Amino acid sequence: MLGLLLAQASDWITPVIDWHAVAPELVLVVGVNVVLLLDLNLADAKKWMLATLTGFVMLGALVPVVTLAVIGDDSRSLFDGRYVIDEYALILKAFFLLVAYVVILMSQTELEEGGYYQGEFYVLMLCSVLGMVMMSSARDLISIFVALELLSIPAYMMAAWRKRDVKSNEAGVKYYLLGVFASGIMLYGMSFLFGSTNSTLLTDIGAALTDGDLNGMEVVGVVFVICGFAFKISAVPFHTWAPDTYEGAPTPVTAFLSVASKAAGFVALVSIIFLAFPNASDVYQPLLWVLAALTMTVGNVLALRQTNIVRLLAYSSVSQGGFILMPLAFAGNSNAGGSALNAVVVYLLVYGFMNLGAFAIVIAVSRKTRSGEISSFGGLFGYAPGLAVAMTVFFASLAGIPPLGGWFAKFNAFRAVLQAETNAAYVLAAIAAVNTVISAAYYMRVLRSVWMDDAPDGDQSPVVTPSPIVAALGITVIGTIVVGVIPSAVTRFAELKDLTGAVVP
Amino acid sequence: METLTDQTWLLTVGTFLPLLGALVLMFWPKDDESGIKGVGILTAGATMLVGIYTLVQFDYGQSAKLQFFVDAEWIPVIKSGYTIGLDGISLPLYVLSMAVTFLVMIYTWDNMPDAGNTKAFLILMLVLQTGMAGTFIAQDLILFFVFFELVLLPMYFMIGVWGGEDRRYASLKFFLYTMFGSAFMLVAFLALFFQTGGESFGFAQLVEAGASIDRDVQIWIFAGMFLGFAVKVPMFPFHTWLPDAHTQAPTQGSVILAAILLKLGTYGFVRIAIPMLPEGAKAWAPAIGILAVLGIIYGALGCLAQTDMKRLIAFSSVAHMGFVMLGISTLTSFGINAALFGMVAHGLITGMLFFIAGSVKHRYHTLEIRRLSGMLIQMPRMGWILGFCAMASLGLPGLAGFWGEFPAILSAYQPGFGLSEPLFRTLMVIAAVGTVLAAAYLLWLYQRTAFGEPSDEFKGHSDAEHAAVDGHGVAHSLSAAANDHTHDGDDAHEEIHDVQLTEWLSWTPFLVAIVVFGVYPQLMFKVMDPAVTQLVERLGASLG
Repeated sequence: MLGLLLAQASDWITPVIDWHAVAPELVLVVGVNVVLLLDLNLADAKKWMLATLTGFVMLGALVPVVTLAVIGDDSRSLFDGRYVIDEYALILKAFFLLVAYVVILMSQTELEEGGYYQGEFYVLMLCSVLGMVMMSSARDLISIFVALELLSIPAYMMAAWRKRDVKSNEAGVKYYLLGVFASGIMLYGMSFLFGSTNSTLLTDIGAALTDGDLNGMEVVGVVFVICGFAFKISAVPFHTWAPDTYEGAPTPVTAFLSVASKAAGFVALVSIIFLAFPNASDVYQPLLWVLAALTMTVGNVLALRQTNIVRLLAYSSVSQGGFILMPLAFAGNSNAGGSALNAVVVYLLVYGFMNLGAFAIVIAVSRKTRSGEISSFGGLFGYAPGLAVAMTVFFASLAGIPPLGGWFAKFNAFRAVLQAETNAAYVLAAIAAVNTVISAAYYMRVLRSVWMDDAPDGDQSPVVTPSPIVAALGITVIGTIVVGVIPSAVTRFAELKDLTGAVVP
Repeated sequence: METLTDQTWLLTVGTFLPLLGALVLMFWPKDDESGIKGVGILTAGATMLVGIYTLVQFDYGQSAKLQFFVDAEWIPVIKSGYTIGLDGISLPLYVLSMAVTFLVMIYTWDNMPDAGNTKAFLILMLVLQTGMAGTFIAQDLILFFVFFELVLLPMYFMIGVWGGEDRRYASLKFFLYTMFGSAFMLVAFLALFFQTGGESFGFAQLVEAGASIDRDVQIWIFAGMFLGFAVKVPMFPFHTWLPDAHTQAPTQGSVILAAILLKLGTYGFVRIAIPMLPEGAKAWAPAIGILAVLGIIYGALGCLAQTDMKRLIAFSSVAHMGFVMLGISTLTSFGINAALFGMVAHGLITGMLFFIAGSVKHRYHTLEIRRLSGMLIQMPRMGWILGFCAMASLGLPGLAGFWGEFPAILSAYQPGFGLSEPLFRTLMVIAAVGTVLAAAYLLWLYQRTAFGEPSDEFKGHSDAEHAAVDGHGVAHSLSAAANDHTHDGDDAHEEIHDVQLTEWLSWTPFLVAIVVFGVYPQLMFKVMDPAVTQLVERLGASLG
């Protein structure tokens, strides 16, 4: 027995590890440990340092990403192509790190003032971000799953961070139960794919699946994997957890979930669709078409009825997810494939800026009003014109009004869809066009409160915004406007030929 | 398309100068009212000067060509460029937008809407100006779209914050209607782009390539653009946002809306939809013609039913834009020339009417026609200006309105490219009836507001009456008694003054322009005609 094991062990070949390529992950791993150890030995009064330190870890991890991008003309592939660092991976790693940095800026005061556990929070957040950074490079069902769990499990706990608040507990439990359920479905689908194609490597699966020749097992595998991710990206009808979780979780965590966690789901979905399913487009295209149409429409219609700003943003982010999904429904189309990839990446980048900004405003204003009702934003323009203008920028951008970033993201999505030049594409574009108008209705309703109503209790005292939140707002406002006026600023990064090793459909 | 590339900086400066002013204002102390207004006027004035310089530098001998042309890189990834230029079609509208903003700024000096916050108001107005000017110079669909949408938010806030009582409803309605149209317009733009091979969003290339698209596809794409532009014009039956928006908007907003924003739609038809999709345009022309004439009649009947002066003027806009669209739908150079002229004329005249409505509201605190009367006694100058504008608006020959309406009607006698003559001649007759109705509602408005005795509630509050009283000592005691009486009752009405200095300053250019273009329309026709003729010739080449 032991001899057999030893014999096998002799076959073990130490993999060649490109240390530079995994440097961002390593920085994060070191950061997790340093923050954890420091937290144990730090007096309560000095815990604020942890936030700064975590911020520096994020920026530190960004350094190797930048150097890789500067050097890298061709992609680096590790572990037999199971972990790939290409342009696509790098841009998304940078995105996740930047988003995490902004979220830390947003959470700092909330945690300090709320008296929540700070050290643990940042450790969990670093773990979650590590999962996201890994997800950008994962090109194998197993590594995708590991990354997914690594990013999700800390997030379940962060959602329930306000321990004594029933709503926050509800948020955490709902998110956890549905998340685990989704993981189960996904894993089940993955096992079918593995069983039928005999590989977990995405490109191998891609080579084995062929349109028109899919057996039942493969179809079920494809459908289940996509449905599993549909939970993660809160696509209708798998969105039911989102509003409750978003409302109950601390607002910075909500911002993190609705931007970073959702983006990670999309990243995995994109890798799988472009690498593993390119020749299963008969199955996934109609499925995603329906999901996209449902997601944007249902999300929008439900958002119309909301009176709580966070729930409104929750449904709005559901419907924004529909817009991100839309180009993926034509990913297998030979005309639109490349544009679909670009459109998703551009949308995620822009969405990150504007949605984080919107949540930063909510945090800043609710520090004064202590309310999440939309009506509590009345009169904001009177007593805090700066915040009101910033809020206008974010909400108008979410509605897709030029010259703010959102228009370009939406435009790119439309462009990718219409490039397919099929009737299904035209119909989906028309549905999306109607949805743009519906979404404008509730975004403008919020702005109407901000600009045209009086403060509900006549309280005109100015809002004191802590400097970390001001910094977060600065980053997001500038990002949102610059992307809208000079879109080439982001398109430069999103000009991806294709994913490395993608199977040509 | 041949282009002239002298002084390439000129249009960029003219368009973005207001943004610079807005930026300065953003950092200006909020309490310095007159400083803020000064910066606003200065910026708009400087922009106007750039506009005048553009007028001087424009080569009128080659007005069919794009001048001051720039084709710079903007978003290479989607093949959209910063392509701008000016030709005979866009020059009048471009300069008009600058003039209107400048004059509205001057008007604001003494007539800031009640909601206050001058700083934000002027910043929005300057941003609006950039959007309007940019729309007229854009020679790239995406650039056009961005500018076209840029005007949306400032106008939304202008109506919503500084508007009348129903402002919240009106502003949202305005916003959603326009958004609805432009969403489909964007889809149509993209469809056009891909149907022409996905080479470029530049107008010149799309005009070249658009004609070769299948007829059925052209009709569909035209439908998308039609939605976007028709909502903006607004054409019947997409007009319902207009009366609300106009009635609720502050005077400044109404004037800009009437004078420029409505023209973005008609300009879009002339510049984009028709030249790029000739077959689509031909197929849609009868429908556009019918809707235009329905708009004329519906607008006129709507006017007759109004009790509010501003709402009446708003409905008259629907009717007037109907004439413009009728001219465009004939697809003849005669009709399109008339339409372009009509756009400028309507901008001047209706803009002026909204100014008057604003000033009347400022003095009487009401615009209910029933309560207003005897304006000629209380404010003779204002009354005469109202009469002048009403005459111009109903199309009296010798004033600018005539040259927009009359040739548009005439052009329907012989529509181009084999469009059904019986249909268009019927439309012509109905449109002619519309002018009679226009005379009816405008004269009716004028009679009821300007003629007769001032109504009891306002009697004796005007400068003019005091002057008369001072002249005739007999009436003095009576008037004083009346004065005392009302002062006892409520102090709601201040003194009613006649036209004041800032009003004279901002209105005179409008009034002069109405007369000048009325007496010598050739001034504008000769600028537009070469460009329009070229457009129609090209249509002819692709329609065979």
